[in-house]
Amino acid sequence: MSTAAHASAGAAESTPFPSAKLGIWWFLASEIMVFGGLIVSYLLFRMAGPGWSAELHHNSTLLGTVNTLILLTSSFTMVEVHRAHGRGEEAKFRLHLALTILLGLVFLAIKGAEYTAHIREGLVPAKSMFWAFYFGMTGLHGLHVLGGIVANACLYAVAARPGGVARYGHRAEMNGLYWHFVDVVWIFLFPLLYLG
Amino acid sequence: MSGTTAAAGGHHGEPGGFLRKYVFSADHKMIARQYMFISLFWAAVGGYFAYIIRWQLAHPEADIPLFGRPIGPDEYNAFVTMHGTIMVFFVAMPLLLASFGNFLIPLMIGARDMAFPRLNMLSVWVLGAASALLLLSFFVEGGPAAGGWTGYPPLSARTAYVGADKGMDLWLLALALEFASFLMGGINFLVTPLNMRTRGMGLLRMPLFVWMVMIASLLFLLSVGPLVAGAVMLLLDRNLGTSFFLASGGGDPLLWQHLFWFFGHPEVYVILLPGLGAMMEVMPTFSRKTIFGYRPIIVAVLVAGALSFVVWAHHQYISGLDPRLATPFSVTTILISVPFALIVFALLATLWGGSIRLATPMWFAVGGLAVFIFGGLTGIFNGSAAVDIYIHDTYFVVAHFHSTFFSALFLAGFAAIYYWYPKMFGRMMNEALGQIHFWGTFLFFLAVFVPMHLVGVGGMMRRIANPGQYEFLAPLSGLNRMITMSAVLLLLSQFFFAFNFFWSMFRGRRAPDNPWEGTTLEWTTPSPPPHGNWPGEVPQVHHPPYGYGLPGAGEDWVPQHRPAPSGAGAGR
Repeated sequence: MSTAAHASAGAAESTPFPSAKLGIWWFLASEIMVFGGLIVSYLLFRMAGPGWSAELHHNSTLLGTVNTLILLTSSFTMVEVHRAHGRGEEAKFRLHLALTILLGLVFLAIKGAEYTAHIREGLVPAKSMFWAFYFGMTGLHGLHVLGGIVANACLYAVAARPGGVARYGHRAEMNGLYWHFVDVVWIFLFPLLYLG
Repeated sequence: MSGTTAAAGGHHGEPGGFLRKYVFSADHKMIARQYMFISLFWAAVGGYFAYIIRWQLAHPEADIPLFGRPIGPDEYNAFVTMHGTIMVFFVAMPLLLASFGNFLIPLMIGARDMAFPRLNMLSVWVLGAASALLLLSFFVEGGPAAGGWTGYPPLSARTAYVGADKGMDLWLLALALEFASFLMGGINFLVTPLNMRTRGMGLLRMPLFVWMVMIASLLFLLSVGPLVAGAVMLLLDRNLGTSFFLASGGGDPLLWQHLFWFFGHPEVYVILLPGLGAMMEVMPTFSRKTIFGYRPIIVAVLVAGALSFVVWAHHQYISGLDPRLATPFSVTTILISVPFALIVFALLATLWGGSIRLATPMWFAVGGLAVFIFGGLTGIFNGSAAVDIYIHDTYFVVAHFHSTFFSALFLAGFAAIYYWYPKMFGRMMNEALGQIHFWGTFLFFLAVFVPMHLVGVGGMMRRIANPGQYEFLAPLSGLNRMITMSAVLLLLSQFFFAFNFFWSMFRGRRAPDNPWEGTTLEWTTPSPPPHGNWPGEVPQVHHPPYGYGLPGAGEDWVPQHRPAPSGAGAGR
């Protein structure tokens, strides 16, 4: 790890946390504010304007619930990746990482099918404020899911090399922190856009 | 991030090759210079636009020299928008936060490099891409963004209102990339001081500049998110026909103002704090006195930073905000002057009774403090809702924020450049040219912006291209011409700096390690520092910074890395 190299280069690590972890936490703090801004804007509009619950019923609660379960399961497999690194189980590391990537792709596929159905019905972003928020929020979230998939795929590529898990496996924790954050954002979006 | 090891390790030797050394460098000192050149390039462009704006206001119908023709209202809007955008996002932040933050944090805390050197390289390249998009926006059909640097909808949401079409989208994308760049930079500025300090360098032994950059980065990270969300919504409004900010489709233009200023006010401190931090380094060194109130300053800045998240609506008193909200926001706004008064008094007390050495950096620091006090005092007028209703959107506001921005960005920025230039480029700048530059900048700045308050109280509005169209502004035209003349002289004074900057880079006197007899760690290594920052071991720290004026210390100062002589009491 880079932090160890720095320590040997003269600068003692000054906190108990690796630099990469501190960096991810600061990054997530700023991400909270991005989604926070969107969610608060949505809530204010929704409280001010009637009729939103009618439009919300165009969304399939079933598909939303399935997607929620998929993301939750992928968070579980992500944790398994991290645990496998701790125990040095290379095959399990790669298997669960592949599962996490796969579940992320299934989530996006379902989301894509929902988008297609909405757009065919004429429920496009310009239709009303609800659909503007729906596509804006789930779209930005979807981009974050995609980013997580790319990060995990990069990790898989280096972990597939001989000795790759031992060398790069600690990155699973950083990817995991981000992946759980994306999951938590969805936990907020799901009731706001599908249930209430 | 194992791949960063090679770049970060101090003893690996310098990377070879022109591209690796000067272009794709992961060395924080080279990245700092890249940020500096980007910001100086944009400062020249922004200054040229200021000149066009001022000439237009003084001689509305005349050809503008060095431009060739008069400009109409649409072009005027574009120049005003781009002047503000450039100066805030592409000059102030890259120069003070990114350039000096990058250069000084590892040198001041005793680290070989930043915590994430490759992320650091990426951040400067993303800013380069943002700069390219912004430049491109000048040449697309419809011209660059023209809805004001704040990008208020509906002006920014529909092409029909201001004429800017793709220019507006490019403006939004350039800002988005700029934010991404500073998010990456900010993570480095926060993690590096937290995790990479040398032995003995406690958090409360760090030079105040490092604290200011950390707090500024924290404010940026926590405030920019809602504006990123707003930028996404505005892009959707422009390109997918949504109506987030358009009342006609059920949206609300006020929402943008909330999202923008929730970021916009902390952003003021993102720019100000590194400037104040530079003053806090320069003033003790040139007064030969320790800083007055090290810990109270840090607490005050944290308090001011926290308060800056609850003052944003003071920009919206006349925007249709519920009047019942105006009073609470007036109260928080004026409360913020308490911690800043503490900081100003601490700096004045640092000067008090010192053996002051009046070199160029000190002139700029003291001049900057004077102007900042002035700008801070006019802020109290703006912060009070009752007064602001009269002076809002007049040149009084323009004069106010230029007094605060110019002092933090340019006067403190020049103090920083003259002070750390020897460390950065290994040569001294010319002192005589520096002092001519200071007096030209300082006096002509006052000549521009003090009378501008009168123009504002006289009722002249911002963002009008031709004051000659308004009968009640006719008595102000003499004052406007005088301001423009002073602005031209202010800009001409900068050529002394430009010449000095580039001439000294090749012909200046070679700089010793510690030309100003400073106590912080960056003065313990050669000028310029080698790759890895210290040729040998990283120094260990034994004192708080600013150990000046110590009885029994032989010389009057004890650097941070020298073990304490008995009874010197180099700190608390």
